[in-house]
Amino acid sequence: MYSQLLGVAGGVALVAAVLALWRRSLLAIVRILALQGFAIATVALLLGIHHHEVAELIVAAGVLVLKVGVIPAVLTRVVRDTPNQRDTEPSINTATALVAAAVLTVIAFGATRGLVDLAPSPETELIPVGFAIVLVAFFGLVARRNALTQLVGFLLLENGIALVALVATARVSLVVELGAALDLLLAVLVLQVLTSRMRSKFGALDLDRLTELSD
Amino acid sequence: MNPGRIAAVLIQIVFVVGAAPLLAGLIRRVRARLEGRVGPPIVQPWRDLRKLWRKERIAPEHTSWVFITAPLVLVASSVVIAMIVPLVTVASPLDRVGDLFAVVSLLLLGTVFLALAGLDPGTAFGGMGASREMTVAALAEPTLLLAVTALAARAGSTNLAAIVTAALDRPSVVLSAQSVLALVALGIVTLAECARLPVDNPSTHLELTMIHEAMVLEYAGPDLALVELAASMRLLLFGALLANLFAPWGIATGTGVVEMLAGALVLGGKLVLLGAFLGVFEVFVAKLRLFRVPELLAVSFVVALVAVTASAFLGVGR
Repeated sequence: MYSQLLGVAGGVALVAAVLALWRRSLLAIVRILALQGFAIATVALLLGIHHHEVAELIVAAGVLVLKVGVIPAVLTRVVRDTPNQRDTEPSINTATALVAAAVLTVIAFGATRGLVDLAPSPETELIPVGFAIVLVAFFGLVARRNALTQLVGFLLLENGIALVALVATARVSLVVELGAALDLLLAVLVLQVLTSRMRSKFGALDLDRLTELSD
Repeated sequence: MNPGRIAAVLIQIVFVVGAAPLLAGLIRRVRARLEGRVGPPIVQPWRDLRKLWRKERIAPEHTSWVFITAPLVLVASSVVIAMIVPLVTVASPLDRVGDLFAVVSLLLLGTVFLALAGLDPGTAFGGMGASREMTVAALAEPTLLLAVTALAARAGSTNLAAIVTAALDRPSVVLSAQSVLALVALGIVTLAECARLPVDNPSTHLELTMIHEAMVLEYAGPDLALVELAASMRLLLFGALLANLFAPWGIATGTGVVEMLAGALVLGGKLVLLGAFLGVFEVFVAKLRLFRVPELLAVSFVVALVAVTASAFLGVGR
């Protein structure tokens, strides 16, 4: 049951990465981010239960609070405070972006095959999934020119890295995890301040407006 | 061919034809209840079919044999699919031909005939509907093939009965990353192929967005009854395939009469759950704008492709 639930959580996380590339509504994208955070937290929880490791359970709780609770709440506030910015216009046509995502996933699975073959187990089979999320999220990051979607792309990327870190290491150091989580929270808060500054200056979150220097 | 297997075919056909309008009625009923209406009784689609069947048979002027044969081909292809896919039992007599590719081509045969019948009377709406239907089918059919291929990898066969049997033998393969991806892709394809929300709205005749209704606009009387019956049979077949591929428990493995009746009951239960879920789902989603439908189908195609990739690279079952 353990390995199947692990697989399901990985599958949900990967589907979320693809869906984030498809949706245009900012609120929907934030919800997808929360769904992916939930899948990652589930992976951490399953690992903690399986290895009887209290530290991993604490990591799971932390991931849940941070990635399902705090960060989506902060982002939702940013979206709600921004008038006329409910949708984002992708600079790459969605169908092309999806095909690119498919290619990137195949590359991720092909490239990490050797890693899985080193020690085939239910955990290591999630490594290619994590890499695929990293690549797809990075593509989403460059495909959209909106401060908020770039922030979400960055967070999806971080989710992929967190997934790989969870399943690839024998035992996650609690200190390292907490440090990474705090860094992430700090980054989100700084970027939230940046977006609100942008909004008050330009009335929009379009990054293409940041082309000129001013004093 | 022994009598048990013939009985299996008969039970599957009777089940599909009998229950299909009820499934459509159930979805409508659930939807109506959630919207605060009482809604028509669940048997209402059967009553509508009976009413239509008693009417005069009439075809528009200048239509060819295509218009007359299309409803028959549509119903016949659905009946053949009902015979060969594992619904009530995995021991169907025709399971040698119960292949994924056979099923998809039979589905496509019905779709193509309906699109031709939409073009045949030469009306504007029929042509529009046919063109839209082909756009959707061209994107949905490959996704269907890919998504089931991801499941076929674990059975080592594209035979649908073999896929379901493999899942029954090793329940551990049912839940996996590939399954989640394939389920999402197949779910979207089901909505597209059965003309449900958010791809098509079965309860309106809005010319800007209608797909299925535009093609069948010229049909009346018994022909319309056949088209409607075939449409609800398709929905039931897709639903039953989803249920049996992702939750195969309860399907009969032999051809004993009691066993098969129990299998039919379990399948009925799964379909009631699925129909209720679809009814609830349809209350909460809006119709997609037509030019965004290909994007939705592209999503399902990509997810199916990822499912195939995952099953190719990851261990095939553990």
